[in-house]
Amino acid sequence: MNELKSTTLANGLRIVADIDLRGYSAAVGYFVRAGARDETDIESGLSHFLEHMMFKGTARRSAADVNRELDELGGQSNAYTSEEQTVYYSSVLPKYQDRMVDLLTDMLSPSLDADDFATERNVILEEIAKYEDQPPFGAFERVMECAYGPRGLGRRVLGTTHSIESMQVESMRAYFNRRYRPENIVLAASGNVDFDGLVAQAEKMTQHWLDRPAPTDLAGDDLSTTPEGIELTQHLSVPDAAQSYRVTLGDGPSMQSPLRYAMRLLASIVGDDGGSRLFWDLIDTGRAEVATLWPQEFTDTGALFTYLVCAADDMDSNVRLMNEVLGRVARDGVEQSELDQIINKTVAGCIMQSERPSNRLFGLGSRWLCCGDHLSLDELLDAYRGVTIESVAEAARTYLGQSATEVVASSAEPQSNLVG
Amino acid sequence: MLSTQSPPIQTRTLDNGLTVVVQPMPWLRTAAYTLWLPAGITTELHGLSEAQLADTEFLARRDGLASLTCEMVQRGAGAYNSRQLVAAEDNLGIDSGNSAATSVAGYSARMPADSLLPAIELLADVVRRPHLPGNQFDDAKMILRQELAAFQDEPTQRLMRRLRERQYGPYLGRGGYASEASLEALSMDDVRQFYTDQYHAGGSVLAVAGNFDANQIFDSIEQSFGDWKSGKRPALPSPAPIDGNEHIELPSSQTHIGFSFDSIPYGSDDYFVMRAGIGILSDGMSSRLFDRVREQRGLCYSVWASTHTIGQNGAVFGYAGTTPARAQETLDVSLREIQNLADDLEQEELSRWKVRIESGLIMEQESAGSRASSLASDQYQLGRVIPTEELEAKIEAITLDQVASYFRQHGPRQFRIVTVGPEALQGGETLA
Repeated sequence: MNELKSTTLANGLRIVADIDLRGYSAAVGYFVRAGARDETDIESGLSHFLEHMMFKGTARRSAADVNRELDELGGQSNAYTSEEQTVYYSSVLPKYQDRMVDLLTDMLSPSLDADDFATERNVILEEIAKYEDQPPFGAFERVMECAYGPRGLGRRVLGTTHSIESMQVESMRAYFNRRYRPENIVLAASGNVDFDGLVAQAEKMTQHWLDRPAPTDLAGDDLSTTPEGIELTQHLSVPDAAQSYRVTLGDGPSMQSPLRYAMRLLASIVGDDGGSRLFWDLIDTGRAEVATLWPQEFTDTGALFTYLVCAADDMDSNVRLMNEVLGRVARDGVEQSELDQIINKTVAGCIMQSERPSNRLFGLGSRWLCCGDHLSLDELLDAYRGVTIESVAEAARTYLGQSATEVVASSAEPQSNLVG
Repeated sequence: MLSTQSPPIQTRTLDNGLTVVVQPMPWLRTAAYTLWLPAGITTELHGLSEAQLADTEFLARRDGLASLTCEMVQRGAGAYNSRQLVAAEDNLGIDSGNSAATSVAGYSARMPADSLLPAIELLADVVRRPHLPGNQFDDAKMILRQELAAFQDEPTQRLMRRLRERQYGPYLGRGGYASEASLEALSMDDVRQFYTDQYHAGGSVLAVAGNFDANQIFDSIEQSFGDWKSGKRPALPSPAPIDGNEHIELPSSQTHIGFSFDSIPYGSDDYFVMRAGIGILSDGMSSRLFDRVREQRGLCYSVWASTHTIGQNGAVFGYAGTTPARAQETLDVSLREIQNLADDLEQEELSRWKVRIESGLIMEQESAGSRASSLASDQYQLGRVIPTEELEAKIEAITLDQVASYFRQHGPRQFRIVTVGPEALQGGETLA
């Protein structure tokens, strides 16, 4: 059965593992408190740019060595960056655990060579261009900027073309030393894991992380300005778009909120693909291509997103329908049978999701990094089963009835503002 | 070798022609099924006259029929209306979906192991006893209209769809989306006819993997599907490739580049040798396209190539997305890497690819869903399932010389290229 083990090394690095020795694989990952919200204006996009540079070699390995060894170990390896953290992970056969931990740990002491930096800058610019071509054409980033302001949680993870083009390698080195400190990092593992081996290896290899130069005080941003390359209009013009894309962002529960489980179930009852209130009213009838909502929990706050995609001509009537659905649930709550159904669906989904160790890794590592706790699968299932109709009604009253920030990406002219 | 002996795969063909493949995975808490019916997109052309097949406007009026049937079939079945059907599945924790692919309509689901028996009964209701409610037909058509609009906003999808059409031709390369013409023309009668003609046990495959008792599952499937009507699996249309390149003008930030060339299908003797070469080219972060196009030159974010099979036809498709100023160089470098693949192959590259495949095979044992879909795909395409041990032995036996000589003899003679973006590119003409 699963066993949770954890420790903190003398240098402050935290290690946590959800161990199941019956697993066919072991997943390991470094979770670093370095995300877009930790950046200043001139650092915009650095957390993510740095994530790319971690694959560019160390004192012991060239860039080609890093990529080659990742492949030699045959696993699924990758990295991602969010508003709050950067994560490097891999899932491998248990026999490769030591070699993968050696590699990932070494990668977290990158060379940050100036020539590699210049080459990789182009890859980042391509990544930005790639997302500009994809629906919803920047509407998610824009709604975060408008709701939170262009800094903090509203900072774009990829940065802007302007911030990436003007980025200096020295800024990256300073940012690395500031954020990649042992007390900001969790090493998490799940599946068929040798925990003692993991701890011994990390202890030996991360001792020198304490020697990273202490951060110097940063010049704060001038909050009276808008960072260069940022626009805050709530309408994005996409001349050739066949559809219109509408995103709203309002308050939601944080990672600490007691209402977070009720909110997740509520969002499923109202917005799930297949069988939710919005599904039957807007999707099943072919009125919209997408009509959904979901909560996103951050460490100290939370967001509730709604997302609506349909023909530009139908946007007004669909927004009205969506607001009616949300308003009705905020006022009347939901039926017990709806809640029972969504609990059954969610619990089954958790069980299926947890089968692969790699899937368990992300919840474990992110949660340990921000909050220092973890729910086992059975505890998580109990948390969902314990959600009452009253707590769902409370979540609905609190979060569905509020005003929200709206952004629309469309080929049509801006519509009247219908958020309310 | 694999860390465990994989449990035996059992196959039975019912009298009506439905082939059932099951593999118990007793260490899991879940189960999954995949049903493949020969009712895919190319089936829309089945039974048409020569004159109809030559009439592109006529064919356009049938665009999306297979998908529309999938959409209608799930709108209530057996004793359930569509809401009751969703409620029944949700309460059992069944996560199901369906879609029309080139040659098949696929119905699949994963679920907690306890829900497998009722899930199979529900599946039988859906594919055998759908209500096909006429009063929901306009809604279903609207859904296809939404999907068409979403597709038009995805430049990469548009690109790859058009490339596939050119590689395989208008019949075999037919796409699954509706068109303005078909949204106008298709009627409920068309859907009922398509369902009646194409949904049957003959030539279909039902694969089940996960934690269950094999005999019990065979009995339950026999009971639910044993008296389903039979029929023939229609032959696939022949390929009719369109030569030359194509550019689709779009004021996008990137130029999206797609390329393809003829190859061999899954099931060919040399398939895994060819697949190894494409793996060296594109699987993983040390693969040639990733390393030489992205890592060393910083030309793009996404670049890849992958193998594709329809029936007895195989092709390799590739993609790179890059800003217009770097697009020509990206295309040139990518094609050069493919043409020169056989020149400097290294043993290490092949070994890395083998470890990757071996790890994938072992980790597949962690997921009933991915196992069920592999079983269905093998059985449908090859008429048998390649056991994991046999697959592993085949992979292990591949030598570098085999890969090199395969690509020297059968490397691409010609590339088909489609681009989406502000301006067209040069290249792809017949190679010396």
